[in-house]
Amino acid sequence: MEYFAQQLINGLTLGSIYGLIAIGYTMVYGIIGMINFAHGDIFMVGSFIALIAIIAIGLSAATPFFLMVLALLLVLAIAMVLTSAWGWTVERLAYRPLRGSFRLAPLITAIGMSIVLQNFVQIAQGARVKPLQPIVTGSYILMEKDGFVVSLSNIQIIIIVTTVGLMAVFSLIIARTPLGRAQRACEQDRVMASLVGVNVDRTISLTFVMGAALAAVAGLMYLLYYGVIDFYIGFVAGIKAFTAAVLGGIGSLPGAMLGGLVIGLIETFWSAYFTIEYKDVAAFSLLAVVLIFLPEGLLGKPEVEKV
Amino acid sequence: MAETTLSRVNGTPEAVSGERRTTQAFKESLIAGGLAFLLSFPLLTHRTVQQAEGLVLEPRWLWGVIAAVVVFAGRLLLHFLVWDRQVVRAPVAPRLWQGLAAKPAPLSVWVGPLLLGLALIFPFLPFVDRRIMDLAILVLTYVMLGWGLNIVVGLAGLLDLGYVAFYAVGAYSFALLAQYFDLGFWVCLPLAGILAAFWGILLGFPVLRLRGDYLAIVTLAFGEIIRVVLLNWYSFTNGPDGISGIPKPSFFGLEFKRFGDNTFAGFFGIEYSTLHRFIYLYYIILALALLTNYVTIRLRRLPIGRAWEALREDEVACRSLGINITNTKLTAFAIGAMFGGFAGSFFATRQGFISPESFTFLESAIILAIVVLGGMGSQIGVAVAAFVMIGGGELLFREFAQYRMLVFGLAMVAIMVWRPRGLVGTRKATIAVGERKAIGGDLVGEGHG
Repeated sequence: MEYFAQQLINGLTLGSIYGLIAIGYTMVYGIIGMINFAHGDIFMVGSFIALIAIIAIGLSAATPFFLMVLALLLVLAIAMVLTSAWGWTVERLAYRPLRGSFRLAPLITAIGMSIVLQNFVQIAQGARVKPLQPIVTGSYILMEKDGFVVSLSNIQIIIIVTTVGLMAVFSLIIARTPLGRAQRACEQDRVMASLVGVNVDRTISLTFVMGAALAAVAGLMYLLYYGVIDFYIGFVAGIKAFTAAVLGGIGSLPGAMLGGLVIGLIETFWSAYFTIEYKDVAAFSLLAVVLIFLPEGLLGKPEVEKV
Repeated sequence: MAETTLSRVNGTPEAVSGERRTTQAFKESLIAGGLAFLLSFPLLTHRTVQQAEGLVLEPRWLWGVIAAVVVFAGRLLLHFLVWDRQVVRAPVAPRLWQGLAAKPAPLSVWVGPLLLGLALIFPFLPFVDRRIMDLAILVLTYVMLGWGLNIVVGLAGLLDLGYVAFYAVGAYSFALLAQYFDLGFWVCLPLAGILAAFWGILLGFPVLRLRGDYLAIVTLAFGEIIRVVLLNWYSFTNGPDGISGIPKPSFFGLEFKRFGDNTFAGFFGIEYSTLHRFIYLYYIILALALLTNYVTIRLRRLPIGRAWEALREDEVACRSLGINITNTKLTAFAIGAMFGGFAGSFFATRQGFISPESFTFLESAIILAIVVLGGMGSQIGVAVAAFVMIGGGELLFREFAQYRMLVFGLAMVAIMVWRPRGLVGTRKATIAVGERKAIGGDLVGEGHG
């Protein structure tokens, strides 16, 4: 029971990170119907930018609490802004020229962009893993029984709270702001939206920027939680986040979050109770099963077949 | 100069004065350069270095400046050399390409045999050494993989991102059969093909209902599952250490060794050279690739090939005509996978060593890029794309291996943006009622069923 509770907490933390990445997939898929294959690598870029910012600021576990909060917020802001610039550029270079082209074309350029980002970071930062000393330390003990301790660490609290907060903010943006209205209009009918005065290109660009900013948050959280990153983390995390987006119902924001949590929990419990080596197989198999038997996802709308 | 041509061709008042255009080009290039500098900060300008006390930053502002200057200059050159001209040539260009595309027959009539003849005499050309031979074998392997995947993607219109799985199945089938049962290359080759085809059906079955990009993601997931299993099933596949000592192919029982009883050199009474084995491998992969090509061309004329093309054009119409979609899709997967398996067992025998590292998603992406950039369904296009992407990459970037994949990715994006129909243009449907539509990537992944 204690073991289960601990795994539940770990799974929710991991799931929050996947959920943040998944939102980027689900928004882009919702609006232009393409799998932004490079999104996982945008997450990786965000993680690296956060790492560099942390080193530049000189943040460490010894930093006093108040300063640490400020510094982390600064790192977050830097990572979000610079990663958004990457997201915008990728869309501008690789996807916008192909708008209106056949469906396979942006998928190919997305794979190309993914290769470019991975190799760019590998060249610029080296192929070795980058370990970072733990910054946010400390934890609360929730339960203790027979020497087994169930603990909730500060970093886990930060991750879950940040995720829930951002989720609320972004849901509000989509539901209440003019930008969100434009996004929903583009999602329904791009031509019609442009006819009634929505700047479609700008809306799509902003969608990519929002997705990239959330990926940067996920990148910082991943870095703080695991303390190790390399140029390849984006690929597997990207596929799992995409699985989360599909599982929750692609195009649905709460669905992405829910899917992320489910994937995080499944992966954690699989590692805890079965074999850790095959945790990726579990996630990938789930992707296949969901797509085959439940293609509209948990919270998505079933797609009407048009001839 | 440019704008006079423009107004003459177009007759529109759109022609802007040359000076304004230049200023605009400069302005845009400056913005692009500035953006490049922004993006290179801090990923390029600050390198994280591992030191005793932890990670430290090593500022390299020069790199950022170089990146900005390169982007600025490149954008400016593009403005003056490419984009300006495109405007001028725009009304003429399509006619030019239509002319080429309307006569695919004369082109392939002499280009095909010419390339084939060149490929046949290639090992005996005077400049060929071991390195070039090795490269030629590599390029032909990718040509074969491209042609194999072309059956699935180009003919049947099923977007497969996990093709490398069948390549891996073929390679591991041969390596394991040789290890456990001591079988030779020629016995294992068909077995590897059959096993790969079997896996093609097995993996194809669950994805029959999926649409274009969902299909792509699920096949990708299958490819990764196979790789992870190969990596972790230590007792059977030797895990990440891979399998070594895979036997080399023999020439009717004659081995390519310096010493021994049954050596190729000894039997024919020629002086031993390591190049013999490479030439032999070259002809094996050439024969395998040509077999793939021949089978594809013949299959296109059989009912199943027609069904594939019909499926690619419109799945719903295809079904309403009574074509069995399940069988049609599964045969495409199986036959494509079979050729992937052949190529895999050739890869195993050429390397003598295989490990799961050779079968990553990147390989699938490269093979798919070759098919798409080759013009989707065009056999010669696939060969040209394999030559450009693999051969060009190896020849130009041997010294800068780490930049190779970066340029590869950029080339994928650039070719797709500028020539979405592929390097060699288009191929027409084999049979059609009325007008023959050009075949392009737009037909792939558009299954509506």
